[in-house]
Amino acid sequence: MNIWIAIAVTAAGCYLVKLAGLLVPAGVLERPLVQRLAALLPVALLAALTAQQTFAAGQSLTLDARVAGVAAAGVALLCRAPFLLVVAAAVLVTAGVRALGG
Amino acid sequence: MVRDALGVGVAVGLSGFAFGVTSAGGGLGIWQTCALSLLVFTGASQFALVGALAAGGNPLTAAAGAFFLGVRNAFYGLRLSQLLALPRAIRPFAAHWVIDETTAVTLAQPGRRSARLGFAVTGLSLYLLWNLTTWLGAAGAEALGDTAAWGLDAAGPAVFLALLAPMLRTATERAVAALAVVLGLGLLPVLPTGVPVLAAALAAPAVLLLKGAGPRKSVRGDKDKRDRQAEQAAREQREAGEKEDR
Repeated sequence: MNIWIAIAVTAAGCYLVKLAGLLVPAGVLERPLVQRLAALLPVALLAALTAQQTFAAGQSLTLDARVAGVAAAGVALLCRAPFLLVVAAAVLVTAGVRALGG
Repeated sequence: MVRDALGVGVAVGLSGFAFGVTSAGGGLGIWQTCALSLLVFTGASQFALVGALAAGGNPLTAAAGAFFLGVRNAFYGLRLSQLLALPRAIRPFAAHWVIDETTAVTLAQPGRRSARLGFAVTGLSLYLLWNLTTWLGAAGAEALGDTAAWGLDAAGPAVFLALLAPMLRTATERAVAALAVVLGLGLLPVLPTGVPVLAAALAAPAVLLLKGAGPRKSVRGDKDKRDRQAEQAAREQREAGEKEDR
């Protein structure tokens, strides 16, 4: 039930912000500070999420095969690999390290 | 444009599959996974939500993190509403398709007619593709069994990293990302699950505030304001020029 509540709240919230952009008069969202914050908010969230989903095990931090996988994704990104290859590198390296007992 | 569209399609299809697998691996049912793609339809938010739920987060905290990631779509909508000039009655339907990819394609079009066409075609095809591949991923994950053994728990953070990388253009973005990582990991053991990500969002205003209080302080005032107005005017002129070029 909790999961359905989360789904409903997320769906409603995400739809309403999309609609707000189409309906709100241009001036409100065009203030420079608001624009700067809106551009930086996803940077902060994505960075925190990447770090947490790489190092978190419940409420504690750990080093396991995911670290190698995400590092491989990072290398692929530095080499300007396409999206497909970036995710594939992470998955394959993680699976490989786990298979080797990491 | 066809090659771009194909590239966007492949990337979206693959992340849809990765989302389906991640969501099912995180303990959501196939219907819940498909409902997310049908009703939320904005990838980063969906990944964030299932990640937070899989970690045992409170549903409302998890939804809040997903919501904040979705806020950027409001700014896309703002750009698009000027470009598409949609009738009010259509806007509630068009809104669902206001995402990163449709915005990128629509903004690249030369005129209103092709912008509307680009938005509609990209929106419809990505919506179908995203939901189809989500379903395939969720169904496939059940067949795979233990998704961690296949390394699929690394797909989520890899997707986030791939979305983040092109955003790290200047020192400001890098500072925000670094501070967010420190906050997100540092607060993980002490705050309830899901809350550290929301706290990490504060890195954005914090860095802006520090930047404002830094070396630029001495030039604050009328001169700074005039500079910004001049900058704004120059930017508007450039944009207008670009539109004419197209």
